Amino acid sequence: MSSPATARQEARYTWGGDEFLFVEVSESMSLVANFKVMSMATRLAAAGLEGVEDICPANASLLVRFDPDVLPPSALEESVRSIERDLTHSHDQTLESRIIEVPVWYDDPFTAVVAERFREGFHQEPGGTDIDYAAKVNNLKDAAEFIRRHHEQPWLVSMVGFVAGLPFLFQLVDRDKQLEVPKYLSPRTDTPKLTVGHGGCFGCIYSVRGAGGYQMFGVAAAPIFDPEQTLDDFKDFMVFFRPGDIVKFKPVAEDEYNKIQEQISAGTFRYRQVPVTFELSKALADAEGYNQELMEALNGI
Amino acid sequence: MAFEIKSPGLATTVQDQGRKGHYNVGIPQSGSMDQYSAELGNALVGNSAAEAVLECTYLGPVLVTDQDAVIAITGAPVEVKVNGEPAAQWARLRLNAGDELSFGVIRGGTRYYIAVQGGIDVPKVLGSRSTYSLGALGGFKGRKLEAGDRIPVGTPLNGGALPGVDTVPDEFRPVFAKEQTVRIVLGLYDHRLTEEGLDNLLTGEWKVTPVADRMGLRYSGPGVKWKEREQPFGAGSDPSNIVDAGYAVGSIQIPGGTQPIILHRDAVSGGGYAMVATVISADMDLVARAAPATTTRFMAISQGEALLARKELAQRTNDAWAVLGATR
Repeated sequence: MSSPATARQEARYTWGGDEFLFVEVSESMSLVANFKVMSMATRLAAAGLEGVEDICPANASLLVRFDPDVLPPSALEESVRSIERDLTHSHDQTLESRIIEVPVWYDDPFTAVVAERFREGFHQEPGGTDIDYAAKVNNLKDAAEFIRRHHEQPWLVSMVGFVAGLPFLFQLVDRDKQLEVPKYLSPRTDTPKLTVGHGGCFGCIYSVRGAGGYQMFGVAAAPIFDPEQTLDDFKDFMVFFRPGDIVKFKPVAEDEYNKIQEQISAGTFRYRQVPVTFELSKALADAEGYNQELMEALNGI
Repeated sequence: MAFEIKSPGLATTVQDQGRKGHYNVGIPQSGSMDQYSAELGNALVGNSAAEAVLECTYLGPVLVTDQDAVIAITGAPVEVKVNGEPAAQWARLRLNAGDELSFGVIRGGTRYYIAVQGGIDVPKVLGSRSTYSLGALGGFKGRKLEAGDRIPVGTPLNGGALPGVDTVPDEFRPVFAKEQTVRIVLGLYDHRLTEEGLDNLLTGEWKVTPVADRMGLRYSGPGVKWKEREQPFGAGSDPSNIVDAGYAVGSIQIPGGTQPIILHRDAVSGGGYAMVATVISADMDLVARAAPATTTRFMAISQGEALLARKELAQRTNDAWAVLGATR
């Protein structure tokens, strides 16, 4: 993974007009950068500054919306800079998180039908499937090998956004093992709801149906955004994922996918999930060994 | 009481001042695109500034009220008709039970507002009645209106007291021009543009394309150039790409260097395109009023000047309420 030097490097502060402060922690994506962003966001929220309206941690940057009538820009910048300075000297490199098992039907018929409509002029290899292309550009043997790599190691929710409740996912593996796939040449106007997608080094799950440019590998079996808040996992809030969540994909075939649909209709579906404390140093020292430890937490429930 | 929708218009939605606090999970602020016009509609009918209104886009709805109602139409210039007879805009109107409200052709701008005494009374979702269509959230069933909908109207505030003046004076009505100067604050990733690219942005003449909605407005013009570089890990291959980040509302991105896009109230909350500037908060209503083909110049000002403009707009809004004798 990238060097911890990123954490010590000072962030770049810039303004989005008179209501937004943008803090770029790093130009490039890394676990260290994302961890720093999340730590800053958590501390800023805890500070409870009057006039701060939205704290949006992203992959390698932090966006803060504020009301300049209440909180002058200079005062906000000073507070965030002071949080950043404190972090640099802090030895606390942990994050309270949870690991969640997310069932996925890889190579499913729903995304296949939509992919068919967006080949020529949209896709790099209009003659093949998105998974075959992804396997090829990552020098993997075949689609099955790509799918295995996709679900074997867990992912960190590095950002939630784009549209309501959509998680960006960063796989917790060394950089040379990260799956990288270019986005479509031109974005589709349609993507099935719950499509498991991938663009650049990021995975995602599309929370709503709509436009999208990520390659499509499968479909998640259960909702991740529920404005009606019917299922237990949505009782507290209509969006399931939070930045800092850890996702373990679980491949399911058609029969299991259908069983989950029945549970959802009956209102009995719950994600398998368990709280964990994520320790940055362990992840950096031995990503896959530490992942094993994190995933074992799921066996206990 | 309720409005019965006979014909929904092109894209009529319930909006208010919007919702904050959930942008971190991708739920945009939403709310009336032209806040100033929506607010003054509320002022005319004795509402607070926070009540929900109907936002009409180009082609308005045909609706019938099931009880006597006090309404006002503000925003873009349009022919207002009550039972087919012309009625005034920017003025308080009284409808009798069974009256039909309809609209002619819009004569400039993009959106006009129907404010009603008591406000549109749909349930609040996450603190707001605004519609976020993409997320099927808020408003009336999370969507634009359809024929046959019955839109609930709330109980009047202050026992139905109305402000002393029933018409917004001309000097307090916004201008809906075919040319605009939009003030922006440079920043975010402006350092990634070449000198020539930045110069094009600030001196070029840009035109609003038909690709303009509540999410954002796309402009055609001279284009800009991005500095070539070895792209950082995770940033995507085009020089206009960055590692996906949060988008400021009002920020301007220029994918591939071709057409700038100003993100507006229903925009995606983040993505992988570099932003180079942000429209100042005081000019977001102005941008919302821009119809396709509106000629636009971008003028860079400092954040200090942006804060001053913000104060001036707040003052002007307060003055407008005061002139009407209304309580904000």
